[in-house]
Amino acid sequence: MRTEDLEQLEIDLLLEGVYRRYGYDFRQYARGSLRRRIYKRVLDERVASISSLQERVLRDPQAMERLVLELSINVTAMFRDPTFYLALRTKVVPLLRTYPFIRVWNAGCSTGEEVYSLAMLLQEEGLYDRTRIYATDINERVLQRAEEGVFPLDKMRGYTENYIKAGGRKAFSEYYKAGPRGATFKRDLIENVVFAQHNLVSDRSFNEFNVIMCRNVMIYFDKALQNHVHDLFHRSLINFGVLTLGRKESIKFTSHENCYEAIDGLERIYKKVK
Amino acid sequence: MANYSLVVIGCSWGGFHSLREIFNVLPGDFAVPIVVAQHRLAQGPDGLHTSLQSASRIPIADVMDKEPLLGGAIYLAPSDYHTIVEGKYLALSTEEVVQFARPSIDVLFESAANSYGNTLIAVILTGANEDGAEGLRRVKELGGYTIVQDPKSAIRREMPEAALAKVRPDRVLTIEQIGPHLVELCSSKVGGDDGRP
Ligand SMILES: C[S@@+](CC[C@H](N)C(=O)[O-])C[C@H]1O[C@@H](n2cnc3c(N)ncnc32)[C@H](O)[C@@H]1O
Repeated sequence: MRTEDLEQLEIDLLLEGVYRRYGYDFRQYARGSLRRRIYKRVLDERVASISSLQERVLRDPQAMERLVLELSINVTAMFRDPTFYLALRTKVVPLLRTYPFIRVWNAGCSTGEEVYSLAMLLQEEGLYDRTRIYATDINERVLQRAEEGVFPLDKMRGYTENYIKAGGRKAFSEYYKAGPRGATFKRDLIENVVFAQHNLVSDRSFNEFNVIMCRNVMIYFDKALQNHVHDLFHRSLINFGVLTLGRKESIKFTSHENCYEAIDGLERIYKKVK
Repeated sequence: MANYSLVVIGCSWGGFHSLREIFNVLPGDFAVPIVVAQHRLAQGPDGLHTSLQSASRIPIADVMDKEPLLGGAIYLAPSDYHTIVEGKYLALSTEEVVQFARPSIDVLFESAANSYGNTLIAVILTGANEDGAEGLRRVKELGGYTIVQDPKSAIRREMPEAALAKVRPDRVLTIEQIGPHLVELCSSKVGGDDGRP
C-alpha cells in the first residue's frame, strides 16, 4: 500500500472513531484542509502518527475537544466583503420591507462578527425591530464569544473602512465602547438575536426563514455534504426567501442550482423560486 | 515518461510580469490544467485575472469552491483564501495565514502533491519570501516534476533561492525557458522514451 493510501485509511478510521465515540461527524468534510489540521494535532499532541492520535482522542475527551477546536476554522470579520453588504442593503432590504416579520438564519456564525454587521445594517434600515436573527454554529465556544460581543480593538480600523464601503450610515465608533478588554459592542444589537448550537451535518431544520446566510462554511464540506446542507436550507426557506453564500461559493454545480435565481450573482445572493 | 495531469505555479513579488511571460507562450489548447497561487492583497481587487488574460490564450479565472479541474483553463487562487487541490476539484479555506500568506503556495503545492504525486509539475517563480519551498519539497518527495526559476533571472530572488536551499529541482530555468519547457513536458507527442512514434 502506498503511504498516501495508508494515510487515507488512517484518516478514515480516525473520523469513523470520532463519529462513533462522540457523535461529531467530520467524515464528509473536504479532505485537503482536514488532513492539514489533523497533522497539526499529531504534531501538537506529540504523537507519532494519525493512528496514535486516534487512540488518544478515543480515550481522552479533552484531546477530542482540542481536535474539534482545531477542525473548526473560525476566521471571520465584520462587513467582510463590503460590496456584499452593500448589495444586501440595495437589493435585499427592499424585498424584506414587504414582510411584517423577518426571520434570518446566520448558519456557521463563528464569533458573531457577521451577526453584529447584519444587525447594524438592519437597524439603520429601520427593519431590526421586526427581525429575529438565529445565529448558529457547531462550536459552543465561539457562540459564547459572539454573545459577549467584545472584539479586538486593533481590528476596528479595518472594520470601520469596511463599514463605510458597505454603505454604513453612521460613525462606526457609535456602535462600541473601547475598553481594556477590547471593543464592547452595544447590547441592543443582539436584542433580537438567538444564539444556539446547531450542526449542519446532523441537525434538522428548526424554522422557516426569509433569509439564510451561510458564508464560508460549506467550503469545508465535500460535494455530497454540500448538497445535503443545500437541501436543508431549501426546506428551511420560504418561497422567494433569500440565500447568501461566500464570495467564492456558487449555487452552480450544486443539486439545487435550479431552485434559485440570482438577485446578485457576483455577490452570491440568490432567491428561492421553486 | 510520466503523463502530467496538473501544473501548479507559485509566485509573489514580480509574479504578475513573470506569469505573463509564461502564459504568452502557452498554446490555447494546452491540455493540462494550471493552478496559480500569486500572493495578493487581502482586500485587493479581483481584477488580477483580467489583467493577466490579455497575455494568455488560455482562459483565466479565479477559483470557485469545488470547481472541477479541467484542461484548457488557468485557475487563480483568490485573495484571502487558501486554495487546496482535492483530487479532481479545487477547494477553498479561510484558515489562518501560512508564512504570512493567504493564498499560501505551500498549502497549494502540498495538497496538489498529495493528490497528483508523479503526475504533477510544480514551478516556483520570483518572490521576496520563503513561501513555496516546503511545498516544493513535498512535490519532489512524492515524485512530482519540479522547476525553479533561476534566481539570477528573477525580479526578486529570495523565493527561488529559498526553494533551491530545500530542493534539488529537476530544472532551474530562466523565465523565457519555462513556458516552452512546460509545453514540451505536457505535449503527448514529444518525449516518448525512445523517440519513436
Ligand atoms: C470560516 S467560519 C465562517 C464564519 C462566517 N460565516 C464568515 O464567513 O465570516 C466557519 C464556521 O463554520 C462552523 N462550522 C463548521 N462545521 C459546521 C457544522 N457542521 N455545522 C455548523 N457550523 C459549522 C465553524 O465552527 C466556523 O465557525
